Amino acid sequence: MSSTTPRTKTIRTDYLARVEGEGGMLVKMRDGVVTDVQLRIYEPPRFFEGFLRGRDFREAPDVTARICGICPVAYQMSSCLAMESLAGVEVDGQLRALRRLLYCGEWIESHTLHVFMLHAPDFLGVASAVELAAIDPGLVETALRLKKIGNEVMRVVGGREVHPINVRVSGWYKAPTLAQLEALVPDLEWALEASREAVRIVAGLEFPELEQDYEFAALSDGDEYPIDRGSHVVTSSGGGFPISEFLDHVVEHHVEHSNALHATLDGGAYLVGPMARYALHRRLLSPAARAAADEVGLEPVVRNPFRSIVVRAVELVHACEEALRLIAAYEQPAEPALEVGPRAGTGHGASEAPRGVLYHRYRLDDAGAILDAKIVPPTSQNQRSIEDDLHAFVSAHAELPEEELRLRCEQAIRNYDPCISCATHFLTLEVERT
Amino acid sequence: MSAASTTNGRPGKHKVLNGKRPRLSVWKFSSCDGCQLSLLDCEDELLELTGAVDIAYFLEATSATAPGPYDLTLVEGSISTPHDAERIHAIRRSSKTLVSIGACATSGGIQALRNVAELGDLITAVYAHPEYISTLRTSTAIADHVAVDFELQGCPINKAQLLEVVGALLAGRRPNVQSHSVCVECKRAGIPCVMVANGTPCLGPVTAAGCGALCPLYARGCFGCFGPKEQPNTEALAAHWRALGADEPQLLRAFRGITGNAPAFRREATLHE
Repeated sequence: MSSTTPRTKTIRTDYLARVEGEGGMLVKMRDGVVTDVQLRIYEPPRFFEGFLRGRDFREAPDVTARICGICPVAYQMSSCLAMESLAGVEVDGQLRALRRLLYCGEWIESHTLHVFMLHAPDFLGVASAVELAAIDPGLVETALRLKKIGNEVMRVVGGREVHPINVRVSGWYKAPTLAQLEALVPDLEWALEASREAVRIVAGLEFPELEQDYEFAALSDGDEYPIDRGSHVVTSSGGGFPISEFLDHVVEHHVEHSNALHATLDGGAYLVGPMARYALHRRLLSPAARAAADEVGLEPVVRNPFRSIVVRAVELVHACEEALRLIAAYEQPAEPALEVGPRAGTGHGASEAPRGVLYHRYRLDDAGAILDAKIVPPTSQNQRSIEDDLHAFVSAHAELPEEELRLRCEQAIRNYDPCISCATHFLTLEVERT
Repeated sequence: MSAASTTNGRPGKHKVLNGKRPRLSVWKFSSCDGCQLSLLDCEDELLELTGAVDIAYFLEATSATAPGPYDLTLVEGSISTPHDAERIHAIRRSSKTLVSIGACATSGGIQALRNVAELGDLITAVYAHPEYISTLRTSTAIADHVAVDFELQGCPINKAQLLEVVGALLAGRRPNVQSHSVCVECKRAGIPCVMVANGTPCLGPVTAAGCGALCPLYARGCFGCFGPKEQPNTEALAAHWRALGADEPQLLRAFRGITGNAPAFRREATLHE
């Protein structure tokens, strides 16, 4: 080989493991310089926004829940909020507290799944939580119990853990009794301790080096850590806008070369999810969550995406403590739902899915039929940042053996807990490359 | 379409595994991931299960993958792209016993609503560049493409039923999954009938059991997420809904829902177009 021949290297994974949904990855290098990075989405499109047209506005929570089996509550909440904003109804008090509690259950379940079963294996050099159980059975048993407690919260409040049936526009079909919620307390107290320990465990992992200058974006919900709702989006560069202006700032690009829809915020890449919420709202974390972050010396703004696992564990502490707080203050509401009828107009709703901001917008006719729907999931918003991370990581670590580099790239994608099923309203195609 | 029907069911045939642990594979097609998650949601049984089988392919849970043949294969999701229509045949060839799990795999799923819409309109409703999209005209059940040994209905599947199916097939017996309606579950649980007591329209009489009559338990009508039961009398139920004040568009939406492509519901829906 002549010394002038360019040396090209391709790192690819056709089917990513331990992510939700089907995706792959391709990184191309030439003479040690990264020339192309793609997070590839194979997940078939499901056209939710298309067939929501003509459905009754009250069907949106049950229909959109089916976009994602991992975060159905996020879809139910964002769709309800959009319909309620349109109707001029605000679900507050205990009806809203129950929503936040249900959402805490989803955060506990989803964060535990990701921290221990999907992401930790990367750091510990095993293929799965099953292999991990052979090395450290106690850790996996703790994870499974934590996950089960999150599911139990969802089951009691929502009826079941995957696609809850109790959520409706304007409230609930049936509010749980105080006794039902109080029965969750001993398990949640155990979960709070277990999640504090989880922070210590994951903070002790070894993290590959990478520092990125992210634009973070998260919802803002007054003086509460944003979970189940938010009136504005705020960003780390000091920007902010009401969610009714979401689509004036966030644009989804259907571009062929990247094989995916990419959202940009005011024209640039940005990051949503635990790292963004933590960077923007650290002071609003529950006392135990803040103490857990302090104890392990977690910096106020985390810019190494591999350390997102620690932030996720801190949020796990927050979700457990917040669930306990909500139960302690619970009084069963007299009516499970408010009155809400059909009304023509446009409504916007957003909540913080475990992996970041989930925005819904609907336009209804005066009979309450959906005229059009727009849904922007978190993974779509994070895609460009994921690719930027891959680009930066491979550029800085080009000398690593190929297999090691591939594994680290996969880990870098899993840093985001990407939910490719969520992103099914966009699709990628295999593009022939020369 | 019933959970208890087997198109190729020969339980017991693959019982002898030469003393080796049976090899399990789990595959995803067009779906939300929720049915695979139900397997990981079996928190109390997961480690026992993974001790009893060799997980040869389960991408959501492990990056270690091994080629077939597989003793037991679980398939989530519907067939909606040309690539998937080919992929399912390869999986069938590698699998001794194949079980489709969930509403997508057993009926085409909620995304089968495209089957009755103008696909071009749907694509342009979602995508800026329709020319990038490669998709089939329809979203269909796994059994529409390959022989399926057992179908487990539900959106999502019930995890106790899933464990029963896996356990039974590995033990070489027929799974004990009931084929009766939600009504039977509801009566057994002593839940007041929402249609009789409150006049709330409910799909319980024509919907397969398995959820534990959840919606009536929460004072709402069943919306059919487990799909039709065996031989449902949908016409009689539609007449009853009309008596409760439901109009034709409401009936159309009810049957054309999450499991709207299941033949019994699809047929009934066309009567209300």
